[in-house]
Amino acid sequence: MKIGKARVPYLLLLPGFAFLFTFFILPILNLAQTSTQTPVKGGDTGQYEQTFAFSNYINAFVDNREQFGRSFVYATLATILALAIAYPLAYAIAFKSGKFKNILLVLVVAPFFTSFLLRTVAWKQILGEEGFIVPTLRSLHIISEQTTLTSTAFAVVAGMTYNFLPFMTLPLYASLERIDPRTIEASGDLYANGLTTFRRVTVPLSMPGVVAGTLLTFIPAAGDYVNAAILGSPNTKMIGNVIESRYFKIVDYPTAAALSFTLMAAILILVTLYIRKAGTEELV
Amino acid sequence: MSNDAISARGDLRLTRITKSYGDFTAVDDLTLTIPKGSFFALLGPSGCGKTTTLRMVAGLEEPTVGSIHLGDTDITTTRPYQRPINTVFQNYALFPHLSIFENIAFGLRRRGIKDVKEQVDKVLNLVELPHLAERKPTQLSGGQQQRIALARAIVNRPALLLLDEPLGALDLKLRRQMQIELKWIQREVGLTFVHVTHDQEEAMTMADTIAVMNEGRIEQMGSPADLYDDPETAFVANFLGQSNLIKGKIEGTDGDNLVIDLFGQKISMPKKRSHAVDSSMYAGIRPEKFRISLVGTPTRGNTLTGGHIEDVSYIGVSTQYVVAMPWGQELMVFEQNDDGVAPFDKGDEVVISWEPTFTFGLRGDEDVGAGTEVNPEEPTEE
Repeated sequence: MKIGKARVPYLLLLPGFAFLFTFFILPILNLAQTSTQTPVKGGDTGQYEQTFAFSNYINAFVDNREQFGRSFVYATLATILALAIAYPLAYAIAFKSGKFKNILLVLVVAPFFTSFLLRTVAWKQILGEEGFIVPTLRSLHIISEQTTLTSTAFAVVAGMTYNFLPFMTLPLYASLERIDPRTIEASGDLYANGLTTFRRVTVPLSMPGVVAGTLLTFIPAAGDYVNAAILGSPNTKMIGNVIESRYFKIVDYPTAAALSFTLMAAILILVTLYIRKAGTEELV
Repeated sequence: MSNDAISARGDLRLTRITKSYGDFTAVDDLTLTIPKGSFFALLGPSGCGKTTTLRMVAGLEEPTVGSIHLGDTDITTTRPYQRPINTVFQNYALFPHLSIFENIAFGLRRRGIKDVKEQVDKVLNLVELPHLAERKPTQLSGGQQQRIALARAIVNRPALLLLDEPLGALDLKLRRQMQIELKWIQREVGLTFVHVTHDQEEAMTMADTIAVMNEGRIEQMGSPADLYDDPETAFVANFLGQSNLIKGKIEGTDGDNLVIDLFGQKISMPKKRSHAVDSSMYAGIRPEKFRISLVGTPTRGNTLTGGHIEDVSYIGVSTQYVVAMPWGQELMVFEQNDDGVAPFDKGDEVVISWEPTFTFGLRGDEDVGAGTEVNPEEPTEE
């Protein structure tokens, strides 16, 4: 069978497109439909009918604005912390690691070899009363005898920072590694000291990695519910936890669907603004 | 090492510089003075140590032993950003995130110079690219990037401008054009240029003085004409142009001349052009200095008989002949085609002659192949 050359790209796209259509587009359309339904009068729990009740969106948002706000605050904090930890790490791997480069890169992705859930449970133990951190901090009088670390906002943000760190590190490493070392030398040659070279050359040239890394951390962190569920308390509930309980516990499908859409829209808007501001299209 | 290194001016002096990487010695006990205002070339094959030398001058490497002075200031361990030295990097190393204007302004801004706009505009005019100020480096051609890299360096008016294979990435035609332009710009701005290259033609076109480097040492230093005309070693004789090196024996002297026996035939040459240390030597003659004549026609100067034409290559402006000599050596002869077509054919019995003053003498223990196996177009050392 002879296939025209022009058609090859479309054929290559086909499996991916079919997959996305079945498992992304169709469920989204279904979700959109659910989000404007209302309970059937006198019906059973979980029975809904389409009434185009767009007020679902307003009610869902107003009732949960606290959790929405918390989600974005936690995700932002986790992203900033991950950037602060990952940038020096990626920099060291890219420029200073020599023959250990590959070993270090494997170590960065090593956590992926165990399940996300398992790692988060492990964090609960590390931060718990039986872990080594709390007794140490108490004996050093850094925290009081009553203070605990689990079931706090601190634990949730720390868990998210840890869980999404590789997503920050890898793109940062990739963009730092691509920098031509001669441009760094050229900066020194042109009267810039180490710090100025870092600010004026290294950081701007690594911006594609910063943008990619922060997006890959922020987006899943904003929708995350595992960290808040395992490491948090009712006071640290994020929007992901609300959606989860609406779906699986209260069986309130329309509200869960409306919240999901609102979250998606909010993330899209924030990401668009962010990319506009970061202006990555000007970079190579 | 003082803070005023940045304002140091004068000749560049390298004193007994050695640079080793473990067991490997890249630069071996090198001493060199580069006079202020000159266009100096470090010429040599890959791995000869020329780029390492340049990087030590720039401050990107530190010598294992030895010192570097600029005028009276010791800059051996001065940080690169504190040296009044700028570099035109191989492949240019322009900042991809900055506009052409900001690339050129980079050095001025770091030093807090006031009239940045004026100075950048001036240097953009000098390299004839004022219309590209707002572009990004990736939007420029190789030749344009090369000029911007030069502009970015000379705008700072450094005491010393280093050029690391600056034309290596350009095609042949553009390279020739840029050679002339670089030379012109050097005269225009009056800075000291130190140029590193493996391309002997490039070095000869541009530099006032060339130091030929081989295996971490300087083989010979002098003006392009001196080096070509009177090479002191087989490496220089072969690396700069081509040479015919014929094994000989010094028989005696005749006034200011030496009498030399080349496989039973006597020739003479000026005494002062011989670098031989005993009676064993090589007589060197450049291919274009030879004249070919058919057996029986009159000749003058030194003559070698018994040859026949082995091969003829017509290359337009000249013809290259390979002449097989009775002792088994093949000599290379270039003849200008000023009389039209090549007058000799393969198999012709010929006599070779040349003016005695064009002969140069090398030590008899030289490796006659030195400098010949180097491919001048290969990519340079990293």
